[in-house]
Amino acid sequence: MSTGTTKLDVVVSDVIPVNELVTRFHFRRRDGQLLPTFSGGAHVVVEMRDGERTRLNPYSLMGSPLDTREYTISVRRDDVGRGGSLFMHRNVRPGMEMVISYPVNLFSLDLRARKHLMLAGGIGITPFMAQTAQLAAEGGNFELHYTCRTASLGTYADVLRERYDRRVRLYHDDRDERIELDRLLSSQPLGTHLYVCGPSGMIGWVRDRAAALGWPTETVHFEHFAAPQPGAPFDVTLAVSGKTIRVGEQQSLLEAIEAAGVDPPYLCRGGVCGQCETNVIAHDGKFIHNDHWLSEEEHRSCKKIMPCVSRFEGRSLVLER
Amino acid sequence: MGITFRNETFRNDFTFRNSPEHIRRFPFPFHEDSYMYAVNIEPHVVGPKGSVLENLIDVDEHYVAEMQDRALVLAEDPLRCQSLPHMTLAGWDLLELLMEQQALGYPEHFTLTRDGDRWRWINRPLGIDDTFTFGDVSTLPYGPMEYITRQSQGDFCILDQRDGNLWMDAGMVTTQADWSLDFDIGMNFFEWHAPVPLAHEKGIFVRALKFLTNIQQGKPARRLNWTMTINPRLDTSPENYHKWGPDRTTVTPENVGDKVHLRVELQSFWRLPRSNGIVFPIRCYLIKMDELVTQPKWARRLHRVIRDLPEELATYKGLKRYRATLVEWLSKLDDGSPTSPGFGPD
Repeated sequence: MSTGTTKLDVVVSDVIPVNELVTRFHFRRRDGQLLPTFSGGAHVVVEMRDGERTRLNPYSLMGSPLDTREYTISVRRDDVGRGGSLFMHRNVRPGMEMVISYPVNLFSLDLRARKHLMLAGGIGITPFMAQTAQLAAEGGNFELHYTCRTASLGTYADVLRERYDRRVRLYHDDRDERIELDRLLSSQPLGTHLYVCGPSGMIGWVRDRAAALGWPTETVHFEHFAAPQPGAPFDVTLAVSGKTIRVGEQQSLLEAIEAAGVDPPYLCRGGVCGQCETNVIAHDGKFIHNDHWLSEEEHRSCKKIMPCVSRFEGRSLVLER
Repeated sequence: MGITFRNETFRNDFTFRNSPEHIRRFPFPFHEDSYMYAVNIEPHVVGPKGSVLENLIDVDEHYVAEMQDRALVLAEDPLRCQSLPHMTLAGWDLLELLMEQQALGYPEHFTLTRDGDRWRWINRPLGIDDTFTFGDVSTLPYGPMEYITRQSQGDFCILDQRDGNLWMDAGMVTTQADWSLDFDIGMNFFEWHAPVPLAHEKGIFVRALKFLTNIQQGKPARRLNWTMTINPRLDTSPENYHKWGPDRTTVTPENVGDKVHLRVELQSFWRLPRSNGIVFPIRCYLIKMDELVTQPKWARRLHRVIRDLPEELATYKGLKRYRATLVEWLSKLDDGSPTSPGFGPD
C-alpha cells in the first residue's frame, strides 16, 4: 500500500473567521459529487503547497457525518508553530483548489456505550462537533463539558448550546470556572464511555483521574495529536534508499524524508497511528521522542522512532528507510 | 445483456454446475506449480473484464440459487445470522456498500434510487422492490445486515474496531469452510484465531491485525484462500458436520471428477464509513474436477500442487482421506509439459 490514504480533489467553498484565533474552511469536491461518508471523530490530512514546501496537516472533520456535500475543518492560528496554520489563515481563499486525504478515524465512538461523556479543551472541540451531530441523529445519550479561555474564544460554544441545550456545559478559564472532574467521573451511570480532546495537560489530568477513580482503560478514549515541534537541525542517513538528509529547524523528520523523495506510510502525522514507525540502525546521540505510539520501553531502547513528531540531537543517526 | 441465472442446488441432488464461461472465469488460486502459505494480500481494485474481479462485489450465474440455499440454512438455523446491538450502524454501512456496488456493476439486475434518506431498491433476479428510510430499521423486513446479505453472495463478517483490536460482533455465515459464527460471536481477533497452530508463534496474527486495523476507507484489500469440498455443498459448517463430514469417505476413482470440488474463497476487507468497523466478505467459488480439467493448464498445475503439498497442509485442509485417489486421477491429465506463468487458463 502506498503512503497515506486515497486523495480527494477539492475546492475551498468558503472561509469563515469564527473568532480572533479560529477560522473555518469548507471543502467541496471539484467534480460536484458527494464526499465520502465519515464517522464522528475522523480527520483528514490537508495538503498545503507552500512555495517549495508541501505541508501535510491533519484536521478533525467537524461537520455532521450526515451531510457529505461538504467537509468543514476549523484551524486555530498558531503564531509560534511551524507555519501550517498560518498558511491556512493567510493563503487559503474561497475558490482555491486543494487536495485532502480520505477521512481516517483514530478517535472513534465506542458504539456499545450507554452514555458518551465528552470533555473538550479549546480547539479540541472539533471532533466532538461531528460526534455530537452523529449521536444526536441516532438519539444517542451524550453530555459535553467544554473548557475555553474566554467566552469569545469558546469556538462554537453558542452553536452547541443552541443545538443541545443542557447537554452542553461550558467552563471559562477567565471566570475561574473549572470542571469538577472527580465529582463528574464519580457520578456516571454504568456503561459510560469517556472521551477527551484538548491540550496534553488536560488529557493527562483526565486520564489520571479516571484511572484513580477506577475507570477501565477500555472506556477512556483520547485524541492526542501532537503537532511536530521545531528543534535544532540534524542529519540523518537513510540506509535503504542510500540518502543523507538534513532535517531543518521547522521541518519534521518525516517531512525531510518525504522531501528526499522517500515515502514512508502515514495516517495521522501526529504520533498516534503507528504507520510511520521506523527502525533505527545506528545512532550516536539522544532521541527526543514526542509520540504516543511507542511504549516507554521502546523509547528507552533507541531502536525505533516515529519520524512524524520525534527528533534527534547528536552526531549521527541511521534509519531503515 | 444480463446474467442467465442457473436453477440448481447445493444439497441433496447437487445439481450445481458452472457454465463454460464461468469455468473460464473461475478464480484459480495457483500462480505456479506449487503452493505454500504467503501473505498474499493486495489492493482490491477492479480487474480484467470477464474475470471475477470485473466488479468489486461479484454477482454470477449462481446468485439466485445461492440465495435460495442461504434462506434454507437460515430457516433451519437462525443463529447463522447475528448482530450484537451496537452493530446496527455497521449493518447500514454494509447495506449501502452492497447496494451501491451491485447496482453499479449490474444495472440490468439491480437499481438503487436515493432521495435523501428515502431509498428505493430494486432487485430483479429475486423479485424485490422495496422503498425504505435509510437508518430506520422499522422500514425494512429484517435488520439492515440481514436484509442485504440475504441478497448478496458470500459470507459477511462485520468486525467492530476498538481498543486496538477487531471484534467479531456481527455476521451472516452460511457458506463457510468449517467455522461457526455462533461460536465466534463477540470474540476478538486473537480469540477467534486461537485454534490455528504455528501462526501465533510466527507473529503472523499480530502483523495481520496491524494491517487490518489500518485498512482505510476507499482502499479495500483482498486475498485468495482455498480448500477442497466433496460435493458442491456451500454449507460445510461445524453445526452440520454430520451431514458433510462423511462425504469425504465416498470418493472413488470413478467419481473423483464429479464429487471433488476446488473451493476458493475471495476474501476482501473494507473500512465501513459510519461505524468505522471493517467488513470482511468471504465469497466462495466451487468448481468440480471434471470442469476444472477442461483447462489443460489448470489440470497439470493442480496435479503438481496437490501431489507436492506438505503433509501438514493436506491434513489441515481435510484432504487426507482422498488425496491419493485425487492425485492418481489428475496424474493422467499431466503430460509433464510446462505451465505458463500466472493464474489464468491458456
